[in-house]
Amino acid sequence: MLPGPGARKEKNVDIVVLLKQVPATESLIQVADDGVSIKTEELKWVINPYDEFAVEEALRIREAQGGSVTVLSVGTNKAVEAIRTALAMGADTGVLVNDPAALGKGALATARVLAAAVKQIPFDLVIAGQRAVDADQFQVGPAVAEYLQIPNVSMVIKTELLDGSIRCHRTIEGGTVVVESPLPMLFTTQRGLNEPRYASLPGIMKAKKKPLETKTLADFGLDAGAMEGPTARIRLLSPPAERGGGRIIEGESAAEKAAALVKALHEEAKVI
Amino acid sequence: MSACIFAISEQLEGTFRKVSFEAVSEGRRLSDGLGLPLVAAVIGSGMEAAAETLGRYGADRILLADRAELADYSTEAYVRILAECIRQEQPSLVLLGATAQGKDLAARLSARIDAPLAMDATGIRQDGEQWVATRPMYGGKIIAEVVLEGNPPIAALRPNAMRIEQKKGEGRMEKIDVDPGTIQVKTVDKTLETGKIELTEADIVVSGGRGMGGADYTVVETLAEALGAAVGASRSAVDEGWRPHADQVGQTGKVVSPNLYVACGISGAIQHLAGMSTSKVIVAVNKDPEAPIFAKADYGVVGDLFEIVPLITEEVKKLRG
Repeated sequence: MLPGPGARKEKNVDIVVLLKQVPATESLIQVADDGVSIKTEELKWVINPYDEFAVEEALRIREAQGGSVTVLSVGTNKAVEAIRTALAMGADTGVLVNDPAALGKGALATARVLAAAVKQIPFDLVIAGQRAVDADQFQVGPAVAEYLQIPNVSMVIKTELLDGSIRCHRTIEGGTVVVESPLPMLFTTQRGLNEPRYASLPGIMKAKKKPLETKTLADFGLDAGAMEGPTARIRLLSPPAERGGGRIIEGESAAEKAAALVKALHEEAKVI
Repeated sequence: MSACIFAISEQLEGTFRKVSFEAVSEGRRLSDGLGLPLVAAVIGSGMEAAAETLGRYGADRILLADRAELADYSTEAYVRILAECIRQEQPSLVLLGATAQGKDLAARLSARIDAPLAMDATGIRQDGEQWVATRPMYGGKIIAEVVLEGNPPIAALRPNAMRIEQKKGEGRMEKIDVDPGTIQVKTVDKTLETGKIELTEADIVVSGGRGMGGADYTVVETLAEALGAAVGASRSAVDEGWRPHADQVGQTGKVVSPNLYVACGISGAIQHLAGMSTSKVIVAVNKDPEAPIFAKADYGVVGDLFEIVPLITEEVKKLRG
């Protein structure tokens, strides 16, 4: 990412990256016995892929402009691994909100906590993944922006930092829209924004010494009551309807098979 | 007090996105079931004629916020206007399409009005006094039933999941005069691919995967053209740089739900299946008879796609005359 026209190099940009630790996408996800959660024993946990784009973009902006990158996450102690990975990629500071009262209360509650935590960090820019690949709600990023009362742009595939503002290319169906927002603002990432770097060995070593604070709700003047509110409460989880295989189209030649297929699609399946 | 079902439409460059009719139709079905009126919201510029058409899909009242500044989507302006409408209308349920814009709007609106949100809902119904939505999680590997606790609940509907039905509503137009307020985020430019069928709205999708062997997707594109279909790609093809990110179908790409999905040279990794497994009919063309996709396809053809796919195209052309 290069500074856009009018950018002054060394105009520091302080960035907060929102990060969630999630099961890796190749994981086998199974419903637990309680019917409202998933089995977690065999899962491999990673930084949410869309948050990796966020960390990477933050690092690129810092490299171009100067400033700082703080990674912020709400999670259990396990999330420390994910934050350390982001620190190993090059982020400066990590903050983990580790409070049982903050977990499992839904997107708006999570966003309230994150916003309260962001307010304690000087920032020009907040970058979040468009969605977490477990919940797939796309909700936390814009909700955090709402609670911070800053503008937000979703699904950004390219950024250009200008003086006091940022241009974001956001993806929509059938194209891209370029918008310009004043800072401070929040944007969420889209696949294609960048190629996240791997943490290097020196990076991993340095990360061990970087500050990683753990906070609870009380640090933000919040209590368990503040976590209650409207939510989409899971009442049942199921595997998707099993889709069995159909039939292999037979034929003496490729031409015969093609003809048999189209006939089946037209007469049997009635989709063409 | 619940006075209505509230459906939010979406327009781009003055034309409604297909999902607008899906949201209004679904809203009509729900409002009929509950004996409530259906209110549709339209925001844009020069949208009066288009807004009227929502009456054909069941809208009883059509709230129209029509101003030059609202031509392009603006999170701030649209959320401000809709929050005010919702405050006045006191709906039992808010519906909109879970498009890129809809996702952004639904998320910010949910925080603005403190409302529960079911994103990418494939079903929404009342169970007793509660609104319950069905929605995928973990990229479609899990289906969740969620109770929307709070008022009013918002269901952002998966595009192409709800049937469009023409059913006449009262269609009374009401121009609303809500101040959009200061708009901080300004649209600077737009690049739209005209004439290209949008993947998430298409009735038929033809996709190419690693088996395409390179960036030449001619055989897939030609079949797509003959079928009036959109063209998709697997993650492998996108990672190789053969196709753009926007074409990717899968857990970390787009989720599509067409009537027909034709997978060419795609092996059928779990992540790809997550993006198309709700397609009505799946066809797989692959030279590997052991490819996992055959276990999920309704019809499979084993063979060289570069030989088979053009022959399928010929047959389709014959069929369509």
